[in-house]
Amino acid sequence: MTPLSEKTSFYWSVRRELWENRSLYIAPLLVGFVAMFALAVSTVGIVERRRDVLLLDPAQQRARIAVPYDAAAAVLIITAFIVGIFYCLDALYGERRDRSILFWKSLPVSDRTTVLSKATIPMIVLPAIIFPIIIVTQFWMLLISSAVLASSGLAGTTWTRFNLIEHSLILLYLLPTLALWHAPIYAWLLLVSAWAKRATFLWAVMPFVVVSVFERIAFGTSYFGLMLRYRVAGYTAVAFALKANTPIDSLSQLTPGRFLTTAGLWGGLILTAIFLAAAVRLRRNREPI
Amino acid sequence: MACIEARGLRKAYGSTIALDGIDLHIEEGRILGLVGPNGAGKSTALHAILGLIPYEGDLTVMGRNPWTERDQLMCDVSFIADVAVLPRWIRVAQVIDFVAGIHPRFDRGKAEGFLAKTNIKRTSKVRELSKGMVTQLHLALVMAIDAKLLVLDEPTIGLDILVRKQFYDSLLNDYFDRSRTIVVTTHQIDEIQDVLTDVMFINNGRIVFGCSMEEFEARYVEVMVNPENVAAARALGPIHERQVFGRSILLFDQADRQQLATLGDVRTPSIADLFVAVMGNSANQANGAAQ
Repeated sequence: MTPLSEKTSFYWSVRRELWENRSLYIAPLLVGFVAMFALAVSTVGIVERRRDVLLLDPAQQRARIAVPYDAAAAVLIITAFIVGIFYCLDALYGERRDRSILFWKSLPVSDRTTVLSKATIPMIVLPAIIFPIIIVTQFWMLLISSAVLASSGLAGTTWTRFNLIEHSLILLYLLPTLALWHAPIYAWLLLVSAWAKRATFLWAVMPFVVVSVFERIAFGTSYFGLMLRYRVAGYTAVAFALKANTPIDSLSQLTPGRFLTTAGLWGGLILTAIFLAAAVRLRRNREPI
Repeated sequence: MACIEARGLRKAYGSTIALDGIDLHIEEGRILGLVGPNGAGKSTALHAILGLIPYEGDLTVMGRNPWTERDQLMCDVSFIADVAVLPRWIRVAQVIDFVAGIHPRFDRGKAEGFLAKTNIKRTSKVRELSKGMVTQLHLALVMAIDAKLLVLDEPTIGLDILVRKQFYDSLLNDYFDRSRTIVVTTHQIDEIQDVLTDVMFINNGRIVFGCSMEEFEARYVEVMVNPENVAAARALGPIHERQVFGRSILLFDQADRQQLATLGDVRTPSIADLFVAVMGNSANQANGAAQ
């Protein structure tokens, strides 16, 4: 008898990850609640502040009023990034440390399916989890502020300056493209977690520190460090056309054409494929630690 | 068809040779006990058979290459490494759902029927279960899989005798039929002497002894010799001698039982006694060669 279809074992492997790693959704949910609570606190004196803001020019009004909503989205995206990093570092290491790899390997699931299901978590599942959490959080924040502003007839002033629909569409572009951009980071962490016998975080980070320091001292340059910065924080400059210090608030700022034609994206995806293939090979002959 | 066929199976970890070219031929329907001291290569052999480690030499399990076809092989093979390998975070219901989801030969009803006879709650996490319960859970999963080959690597280590007895009873009564094959390693070999159909001793990565249990019972005989007969018994060429409560117990390979019966109490030795004899002799030979 052959194994059930790859799709079935893949589906169950992803569900398995969600059972084990409840922080994948609990952490973003908690952060969402904190953002809502923070907004509720900020409504003390909001009516006076709103009247002052409405005296500014329209662009500044938009920028000022949207701040807490953008901050909520940003902090949730950063939360997902951090959760993804720690998830990946443990994904193929934890099962060796607690010996459960022997149980997983006694079942007809290939190493490739296992590794790909784990790579799916930060690259697809986490963005899919935080999208509704961001939207619902922002929606409740809007409701809370409108409720407070309603008594003074200013309830509508937030909704018109922070457009939730347009914002959702921007997120539908941002979350998948960001995941593609960060894919080689997650894949590298998975590779380290399949390889390291201990101290996965050190093994994941130290090679970069060592190479950067070596380059700095030996050649006096810092191209490697710049390359790392480009990968971790260079995303917005590639995927959006933004003037200095302006927030992302309009669909007209999206630059999918440039994003898809950036060499950095495709180079990163090739690295992702290499790292994941290496992780599959490593997982095949890894034993409990 | 042979269930497991190995020719010159070899595995080295750096300069340590864990398996030194072993040949295996295990037929379908056998229950083989693999006995050896710690570090003898038992687990390495089992891990090679299960496709968990690369190896040198030829190895076929259920007609497949375990290293390149592990995922397909695991449809026909079940495996309990030891009691500690079920993930501690998983809930009983989740692990059943998962195995039911991915295993084409898993019978959920069977697993639940088996669990219904225990005190294991479906909502418990593995970490909340006692060692005995974890074993029962793992056994319930494995017995619900209609596998051709079951590999047990120290399945009852750290369990009390009651649970160990239950484990093997369930395995024999509810699981084993003549078409399945079981390979088991354990340190409590005497407890499963009646269960086995074959026994094999492994030491320093080599198979030093192997026979069926019928052969074992026909060939080996142990005599608790009456003190006045010790010299006569020794003259018959025992392969091993030990003292218990001041009396000599001599182990013979292919001796005349009727003749031995005149010298003392005759009985079939335990596997452990033969193991000590075989290992002791090979150690002496090694020492002799060194001198």
